[in-house]
Amino acid sequence: MKKEKPKLTRSQLKKLKIKRRTQIWGVVVTLVLLLSLIAPYCLPHDPLATNAQAMRQAPSPEHPFGTDNLGRDVLSRLLAGARTSIFATIMLVIISFMIGTFIGVICGYYGGKLDDLVMRFTDILLSVPQLVLAIAVAGMLGGSLVNTMIAIGVTSWTSYARLARSHAMRIRQLPFINACRLTGSSDANIIMHHVVPNLIGPMLVNATMEIGSTMLSIAGLSFLGLGVAPPTPEWGSMVSESRSYLQLAPWAVFAPALAILITVMLFNYFGESVCDLANSKEA
Amino acid sequence: MLKYALKRIIKLIPVLLAITLLVFTLMYLTPGDPALAKLTSQGGTVTPELLAEERHAMGLDRPFFVRYVDWVLNILKGDLGTSYSDDQPVASKLMKALSRTLALAAASTLFSVVIAIPIGVYTAIRKDSLFDNIVRILTFTGNAMPNFLIALLLMFLFCIKIKAFPVVATTNLKGMFLPTLALSIPMISKFARQTRADVMSQLSEEYVIGMHARGIKERTILFKNVLHNALGSIITIVSLQVRVLIGGSVVTEMIFRWPGIGNMMMTSITARDYPVVQGAVLILSTLQVLVNLVTDLSYYIIDKRISLE
Repeated sequence: MKKEKPKLTRSQLKKLKIKRRTQIWGVVVTLVLLLSLIAPYCLPHDPLATNAQAMRQAPSPEHPFGTDNLGRDVLSRLLAGARTSIFATIMLVIISFMIGTFIGVICGYYGGKLDDLVMRFTDILLSVPQLVLAIAVAGMLGGSLVNTMIAIGVTSWTSYARLARSHAMRIRQLPFINACRLTGSSDANIIMHHVVPNLIGPMLVNATMEIGSTMLSIAGLSFLGLGVAPPTPEWGSMVSESRSYLQLAPWAVFAPALAILITVMLFNYFGESVCDLANSKEA
Repeated sequence: MLKYALKRIIKLIPVLLAITLLVFTLMYLTPGDPALAKLTSQGGTVTPELLAEERHAMGLDRPFFVRYVDWVLNILKGDLGTSYSDDQPVASKLMKALSRTLALAAASTLFSVVIAIPIGVYTAIRKDSLFDNIVRILTFTGNAMPNFLIALLLMFLFCIKIKAFPVVATTNLKGMFLPTLALSIPMISKFARQTRADVMSQLSEEYVIGMHARGIKERTILFKNVLHNALGSIITIVSLQVRVLIGGSVVTEMIFRWPGIGNMMMTSITARDYPVVQGAVLILSTLQVLVNLVTDLSYYIIDKRISLE
């Protein structure tokens, strides 16, 4: 008798579909990251070179996205700024993820007074409008990329800390943790080898979903003139610089703004499919 | 209800105190001397004697805690200090600006709710229809848009291309239109998505099937039960958006030159006029805390089972 091919159930098919979609978005996001790393080395023009003869030129084959107020090539600036804009975002997500997870795990695992204190502190940070606090901090520290990251980081670690805390509190009560204690494992050992590995999955899913909104916050601050100092190309500050001559050279405003939009959308699609994948595995 | 409200209000006091401490510490840690900033912002040459005199007059030579307590006591009296740039009382300057910001915030929230909830409900009951798919793409894009892109696009289209509005927003209804629209677009995206998800999850509940089986009209189920049950999480997302709205209004006000509190905060940061920045952060944070309070109280009104803890 001929052996029949095992048929996939509808839910299995759906899982495969979600998996494939996540892989595709993963490849796209990796390509964007690679592109932003390579781009500064293969620019059509010097992103800092001003040219009085080519001020505010409309898009043409020579300058696909036109030129800005100082005659600088918008495409070159866009490509040169990609690394700053994207990597500042990724770095900020990674740093606040690490700090937040560390604090959250410690609070959730030990509980007690320290936990109370830290959670009250996050309550207060969460009751202040994030961008307003970030503007105040960045305004005080002065404009630079690192200061922008600090200003947003002041509040962004709290959401990771809360999530990590709730996971750590749940894991702490599982029987195998008690078993570890009985065998004489130290707290540090239990946290590193049993608590963290069990919560890192959902934490990473959350972090990928935060990339888009973090990028928007950084862009917002640099648009307000609190980010990198000109003439260094960065997407948010490019929009800010060229805003005053929107009427004369809209391309210089909309090219970097659209670059932000597209990148944020890519990261959001990626984050959403990673989240779907994690949920489908759980189900 | 009254008891619950009272308890919630009492719980606010430590939070508000902590916010004042946070804001004050932030300004305290700011590099640069406020006396020097004040003197330079008023122009003229600054001599060391003049600086020392100004420092004493401003009370900067006192210890941190004394200055903090003094500052908080003044706030309770409604005194937020005087602006460095024009020696005007900060409180009255900010209050005028606050009312304009509130007008914008209220108008855009109302507009977004009115537009987004029907869209959310309709896309939930007509899942995967053409309209649903279009809305899904639009709301996804709206979510990823930097708020300055929305504002600049609107300005480009309506002020420069069509010339329907002046570039600098006037403080009347016509001038309010574009800033309100700019603030509404991201909110509509969020609310519509959330409403759709909530209504869909309610529709799959067993009570809906039960009501269908008993022959109750679709419309009655939808408006009397489903929407009522979804209201809680819709209120949550609206109140969460207020945080984003307050931040976003800074950018929008700056682009349309709307004379609100966000705009004032930005000009004061550039001018290093710290009392105004301090006051603006404090007022906006208090606003946020009050919104959280109203949200909690409205949960209680919708669902009487909720009590303290």
